[in-house]
Amino acid sequence: MNRKKRIGPARWGIYAFLIVSALFFMMPLYIMLVTSFKPMEEIRLGNIFAWPVSFTVEPWVTAWTSACTGVACEGIRGGFWNSVWIVVPSTILPILLGALNGYALSFWKSRAADILFSILMVGAFVPAQVMMFPLVRILATLGLFSSLPGIVAIHTIFSMPVMTLLFRNYYQSIPQELFNAARIDGGGFVRIFLQLMLPLSTPIIIVAAIMQVTGVWNDYVLGLVFAGRDNLPMTVQLNNVINTTTGTRLYNVNMAATIFTSLVPLTIYFVSGRWFVRGIAAGAVKG
Amino acid sequence: MTNVEVSNLCIRFGSNEVIKDLNLEVHAGEFLVLLGPSGCGKSTLLHSIAGLIDVAAGSIRIGGKDMTWAEPTDRNIGMVFQSYALYPTMSVEGNLSFGLRVNGTPKSEIQRRVLRAADMLQLTPLLRRKPSQLSGGQRQRVAIGRALVREAGVFLFDEPLSNLDAKLRGELRRELKLLHKNLGSTMVYVTHDQVEAMTLATRIVVMRSGNIQQIGAPADVYERPENLFVAGFLGSPGMNFLDGKLTISAGSAIFSALNMSLDVGAYDFRGPAATGQDVILGVRPENLMLQHDGAWEAKVSLIEPMGNHHVVWLDFGGTSLSSIVSGALSVAVDQNVRFSVDVSRITLFNRTTEQRL
Repeated sequence: MNRKKRIGPARWGIYAFLIVSALFFMMPLYIMLVTSFKPMEEIRLGNIFAWPVSFTVEPWVTAWTSACTGVACEGIRGGFWNSVWIVVPSTILPILLGALNGYALSFWKSRAADILFSILMVGAFVPAQVMMFPLVRILATLGLFSSLPGIVAIHTIFSMPVMTLLFRNYYQSIPQELFNAARIDGGGFVRIFLQLMLPLSTPIIIVAAIMQVTGVWNDYVLGLVFAGRDNLPMTVQLNNVINTTTGTRLYNVNMAATIFTSLVPLTIYFVSGRWFVRGIAAGAVKG
Repeated sequence: MTNVEVSNLCIRFGSNEVIKDLNLEVHAGEFLVLLGPSGCGKSTLLHSIAGLIDVAAGSIRIGGKDMTWAEPTDRNIGMVFQSYALYPTMSVEGNLSFGLRVNGTPKSEIQRRVLRAADMLQLTPLLRRKPSQLSGGQRQRVAIGRALVREAGVFLFDEPLSNLDAKLRGELRRELKLLHKNLGSTMVYVTHDQVEAMTLATRIVVMRSGNIQQIGAPADVYERPENLFVAGFLGSPGMNFLDGKLTISAGSAIFSALNMSLDVGAYDFRGPAATGQDVILGVRPENLMLQHDGAWEAKVSLIEPMGNHHVVWLDFGGTSLSSIVSGALSVAVDQNVRFSVDVSRITLFNRTTEQRL
């Protein structure tokens, strides 16, 4: 190598800025981690940046098994499993329906297809809060209010515009000739979808799954309103843990519970950063 | 053996009438080529035969049965697409057998047909591969195989060779011709490539903006074009055209243009031609010969060596003419040469109607 790698002042500036920003955004996570491993006596000293002196996992155990979420004191593990039960069907169902929608809109074009798609897109811009009360009434009438099927239905409905857009854009890039070939080979609506299009959709299914899992897991309002007492998701339970005050605030337990709650989205972000960005790009650029 | 009858076909895209009142019969066992520039409706016509496009009016009969509104799969057809359209997630074998599996054909029968098609198209060693692991030529062979296993009455080809490079195109063209010879099935083939049309067709259908211009055997369409469009579309380089006047007197007919006059008395006029009318003389480059004792003189403007022959471009009083010279070339650019025309192979067109006289 004849050329020396020279790092100029501009480079230094950029690196310095990036490092400082990274540190700034890492700070809360650091404080949470450190605090969650401290006993309360140490926290009371007020040095929130200090490394724990007498290291303890007690707050983690408490947060998981015995922290009080309102009247019950069983930790947030119940919330964790509630969230899992909500997330799994609320991911599979919207993906299947969104793929079906996108497939029908892309290949089985009817006169109304474009109108239908436009309506669906307008739906994406109506704030969820506007529909909240009518939906409560509807679900109550159907007997689904405050139930697991109810909250799954709500998540499915609210995710439909984005899921449809995602799959429609993906299927638009598949040549029409492929579909025509399958029709000549005798494939019907369902068979072409299941045997040809769905196996081709792996990349977009991964993207959609990431978006759905993180979105549903982080949801608070819908879970609070529609899930009902027995199915409250982890985010709601976390809020209850933090706001339940009997005596002193157990900051270490609160921190541990918060980290537990954010573990699922955090893992997904770390593991699938590339896919996640691709999903956002697919939704934004081609839409 | 299956024939196709298209009668009074109309196809509209919105308010745009792409095909209007078209009639066509594809005889059983023939290789019919639909030829025309892009946008002439030839692919649209093929897709409507396949049932992939809805028909506005008219009817399509395949093998004597009315198929105007039948599902593509029920039409007794196999189709090959320009982009191959292979199922990317399936192996070659999966691609070949998909249609048969859909129709619930017994396993042993599927096996027999797939192996037969693979054998015919030299695909046997590739059966386990995915389309992405194949070359362009192999992919198109698989696409042809997929149409073959259906053992359909009519095969439809939508510009199947235009994505391939020149050498491969020539090879597959010959394979297709051989396939037709061996199977004897009815084939309808869409292309904008006149070489493919000339070499493959039993009959050529020349189309322009949704209308049929001429139907005939390749030699017929080439030698006796119905109109100026057909004459100009077929042949490379294209036919030479010279504007002039026709003078008829006492049994002789004289074409005159610029400082040239040609006795066209031997020309096979379709009907009585009027004297003094404006006409266009059409001469194929191979019928325009450079000769020392030729009747007319022109200047050589360009020479294109083609390997086994040369195309010599002449400047004849401002009109550009081409001549095909096979064998050794004795002229040079900017040189004045003399040429003559083979009167027995000329074509005369009415200048206003552009129809053959």
